[in-house]
Amino acid sequence: MEKLDFTLNINGSDYSLSIEPRRTLADVIREDCCLTGTHTGCEHGVCGACTVIIDSEPMRSCLLFAVQAIGKSIRTVEGLADGDDLHPLQKKFTEHHALQCGFCTPGFLMLALSALERDPDISDEALREMLSSNLCRCTGYTNIVRAVRSYRDAGK
Amino acid sequence: MSVPRHFIGRSVPRLEDEVLLKGSGRFAADISFPNQLYMRVVRSSNAHARIISIDSVAACATPGVFAVWTSDDIQDIPPIDFRDPAAEALGPYRQPVLANKTIRYVGEPIAVVFAEDPYLAEDAAELVEFNLEELLPLRSASDQPGEFEEGIGSEPLVLKSAYGDCQAAFDTAYAVIELDLTIGRHSAVPLETRGALATYDPQKDLIELFGAAKVPHRNRNTLMRMLKREVHLHEGHVGGGFGVRGEIYPEDVLVCLAALRFGRPVKWIEDRYEHLMAANQSRGQRHVAKVAVDAEGRVLALDDEFFHDQGAYVRTHGARVPELTMGMLPGPYQIPSFRSEAHFRLTNKTPAATYRAPGRFEGSFVRERLMDAVAEKLGLDRVEVRRRNLVSKEEMPFARPLSTLGTEVVLDSGDYALLLDKAMERFGWTEASSATRRRRMKGESVGIGLGFFVEKTGLGPTDSAHVSVNRSGVVEIITGGASLGQGFETVMAQICAEALGVDYTLISVIHGQTDRIANGIGAHASRATVMTGNAVYAAALNLRTKLLDSAAALMQTKAAMLDIVDGQIISKENAAGPSLSIAVAAGDEGLSAEGAFHVDHMAYPYGIHMAQIRVDQGTGAVTVERYLVAYDVGRAVNPKLVEGQIVGGFAQGLGGTLFEEFLYDDQGQPLSVTFADYLIPTLSEIPEIDILVTEDAPSPLNPLGIKGAGEAGTNAVAAAIASAIDDAIGKPGAVTKIPVTPQRLMALLQD
Amino acid sequence: MKPASFRYYAPQNADEAVSLLGEHAPDDGHILAGGQSLVPMMALRLARPGALIDINQISSFAEINSESGWLSIGPCVRHAAFHRSVVEGQLGTLLTEVTSHIAHYPIRTRGTLCGSLAHADPSSEWCLMATAMDAQIHARSTRGTRIINAEDFFDGAMITTLEPDEMIVLVRLPLLVSDSVFGFEEFSRRAGDYAMAAALAVYQLEDGWIRDARLAIGGAEDCPRRIPEAEAVLNGAQPTLEIFLEASSVAASAINPIKDSRISSDFRRSLVRTICGRALARTT
Repeated sequence: MEKLDFTLNINGSDYSLSIEPRRTLADVIREDCCLTGTHTGCEHGVCGACTVIIDSEPMRSCLLFAVQAIGKSIRTVEGLADGDDLHPLQKKFTEHHALQCGFCTPGFLMLALSALERDPDISDEALREMLSSNLCRCTGYTNIVRAVRSYRDAGK
Repeated sequence: MSVPRHFIGRSVPRLEDEVLLKGSGRFAADISFPNQLYMRVVRSSNAHARIISIDSVAACATPGVFAVWTSDDIQDIPPIDFRDPAAEALGPYRQPVLANKTIRYVGEPIAVVFAEDPYLAEDAAELVEFNLEELLPLRSASDQPGEFEEGIGSEPLVLKSAYGDCQAAFDTAYAVIELDLTIGRHSAVPLETRGALATYDPQKDLIELFGAAKVPHRNRNTLMRMLKREVHLHEGHVGGGFGVRGEIYPEDVLVCLAALRFGRPVKWIEDRYEHLMAANQSRGQRHVAKVAVDAEGRVLALDDEFFHDQGAYVRTHGARVPELTMGMLPGPYQIPSFRSEAHFRLTNKTPAATYRAPGRFEGSFVRERLMDAVAEKLGLDRVEVRRRNLVSKEEMPFARPLSTLGTEVVLDSGDYALLLDKAMERFGWTEASSATRRRRMKGESVGIGLGFFVEKTGLGPTDSAHVSVNRSGVVEIITGGASLGQGFETVMAQICAEALGVDYTLISVIHGQTDRIANGIGAHASRATVMTGNAVYAAALNLRTKLLDSAAALMQTKAAMLDIVDGQIISKENAAGPSLSIAVAAGDEGLSAEGAFHVDHMAYPYGIHMAQIRVDQGTGAVTVERYLVAYDVGRAVNPKLVEGQIVGGFAQGLGGTLFEEFLYDDQGQPLSVTFADYLIPTLSEIPEIDILVTEDAPSPLNPLGIKGAGEAGTNAVAAAIASAIDDAIGKPGAVTKIPVTPQRLMALLQD
Repeated sequence: MKPASFRYYAPQNADEAVSLLGEHAPDDGHILAGGQSLVPMMALRLARPGALIDINQISSFAEINSESGWLSIGPCVRHAAFHRSVVEGQLGTLLTEVTSHIAHYPIRTRGTLCGSLAHADPSSEWCLMATAMDAQIHARSTRGTRIINAEDFFDGAMITTLEPDEMIVLVRLPLLVSDSVFGFEEFSRRAGDYAMAAALAVYQLEDGWIRDARLAIGGAEDCPRRIPEAEAVLNGAQPTLEIFLEASSVAASAINPIKDSRISSDFRRSLVRTICGRALARTT
């Protein structure tokens, strides 16, 4: 099938691409832009490991075709740390042992970050509901919630 | 500000985290080589069929397709062998790398396509056509065995184990209770699917496999035998294993062979749909179990006949899971007489193997259901019945005339009664009993339950490690261990730091690289901390000796007068005086030491799960109101990591108890093939649990007193929840089948 | 799980979208709005549209308007648009309540109400709502626009009466009068899963008596459906526990459960009875 030429803006940088329309945003971010921090755990929109932030909203990049993200501001996990300095949310994750294998972690980071940027005073209940969006198979979730709550509370 | 001397026992942050948090991990799918081909497996959509012909012409003709293989193309490759010596009877049941003449499960690899990109490969795979003769599938291990192949039946063997005089016990018992119990098929389902990438270097005649996990050295040995040349395995980051990742699967062999034959790197990444029908499944067993008891509720004999659903082939574990089920069935109880018979049966489903607490999740459910039944039959308290049967502290080490994993079961240490007391108090069992009873009287279906278990960890017999310091003071540990996300590196670094006197963050840990160390045990069976940890400890102590000897010469004193604190060699009598860095003591050539650890028996930690649950009478849904895991770990190297393992393990156990099930229809078609059907619990389903980790019974079998912790959270979940559900609905013995889905529970309520 | 190839179009206006759909209908052309239901099916290759017509950049499609007693919802309006009430009165509150039960937040930021209707999953909360509220679905093709009432729109599990070359360009819901009350309840295995049974009850309370009762059940039959036998129990009665239980029993008996090897009819009926009762309880 014919390829389309377009640019994607990821973490503030432009990536020039020439790709088939059927390539998902997740695959293009990973393979063509070489940002492999965004992971695919199911490719059918349930696990949330592929969550990125698009124009400040969390979205499952496996459910978008890359062509649909033209003109949008995409943020992935690679954009969080400042060089060697971890983002405060990332620091909370390690403090609270909120990751084990780390495969679901980028998805949770982007999900949590977008939630807190949208509502820094998010309630415990709303936070639990939000974090129920993504799957983790290692941690049993408790420490993830604690890490995100701690990040929220530190911001107050 | 002084650096703490001790690292063992501290919940230090993990070394692994930074790379993973930044998204810089190197999981299998993240690795790529120039000029690589992508492999796509063509899988059977029939559960049982004879292959008449395969037509790959259209697939081959697709632009971008490099090759298509069927079993004809790999005739020189043997079926996948067992990881450990297994009964000869199992030989005929090994899985061929590609289906030969017969297809035996939906998802079985029949052909493979190699193409320039994964999208094309998937397009081409759809074009491969099959001419098949459909056969009836074997659907249940409870059915009479059928035919695996002409002249070969579907029950490869019946395992038997016994001690004492069961018959006499049953003949003279005060009461006999028999239960028919079923554990549903479910499995690990890690968030990262499987993946493998192989390269071939013709100059060295060397195949390198990336994406390895769990037992890299063992797999290397198997692959070398199959491919008849040197193979190195490299473990990068791994998205969870839980037992199912890291065994040799057909795809691992195929990428290696393809890299060899094509002279190009070959990459295979499994998708989720494939994973749910092709990766090892587990747990499917049906037990007909009975106990003979005296008037006080003491078990005189335990007799268990069970039917193990192995699926279509016997994979690398042989008959390990039923063997473990049998060996660990008695748990913490005396059980003076015992008989177990395991019918190891094949069916036309995905092959089964080990999954976190293999054989023990199943066995604990069976054993603890029996204990509850004894209490009910004799009108005794459920806790009291267990207490009366516990092996006592004074009897340790307690040898059972049973063996599992090639070693006799000798419970090394344990004060089971003490942990029971602590758990009762922590949970507030007595108060909870009254409180839930009051709520039941007002019409709620709420109740409490428990399950007591013994885990097995630290499988030997041996492991070794290599520790070095270079002239820059960098400490490197080389192990044959493996990291699947559990914090292996951090724990090894902590142990080394403790022995050596260096900050743990300055230690780097190599694992999963078969070219860096000759042999290794990988990470499974909760053995890494015990085995590799003690090997690292020994190596670090040896290195410490060498460093002190070197420093003694340089500082012109005796080694016995010196100590290492925070990487500095100081005089014990004059800590503030002249010191020497370990870098200087190591010298230009650096210093290194080996260490090994041998053990003949496993270490047996133990625990109790207690649950308080509520049943929604209108829907059959279960809510866990409170949950306690009380666990004696012997000694915790990193308490926070131990807790993390327990919570994660609990989540999986809860999944298997209430939500997860691999279902098959009448034609053997798998029904649980996406995350919409196979229900992994989300945060909303997992309550915050209480964890009580004790160190009352360190293991006498290793210098550090360590026992493993990887499977504690999973082991007794079904047992405890079933016990609590019975209590909640006021029907002792109601739960005989897991998962306890809302539909099953509604049926129990309406009975 | 990579989708099969397709031609991709991103029309700038409604006319273009409709024309493209007409052109590609023979090729199994599909409208791509949120994609949260369509793309997973494409990943599994259960859906293989020859062409995708992406309507996300047609700004008029994202509009919500309320006038003359109706709420009009465009085909690109996201579930998330209803997180806050979009119109004064009970309809706005109802829509906010229902949307909070749909999947999870990251799905809601992208998925669309009209897309859910076109997808016609028996468990879809919006399909249930559209049925309960007698929504009007405006379907447009190159041949013109027609209005399909909700009760004529759902034709089976995942099947609607839309022609292959028709797309939904608008959904209209009648605003609720001020003395309306509603109750919604659903049961799913995990948070955010499709409902195994869902109920939406809406009625007016006039001097303490129920009138104009709407009781629709979703997730239990091939399509969501108003249950007239149950509504008959409610109409003219007082909103008491006894009436609610009776209506729920009637609804449970009246449904024709989806054939599913994993879910028995008995269990489905039990769920309907429970969920219906709870939805009704929420009206008070």
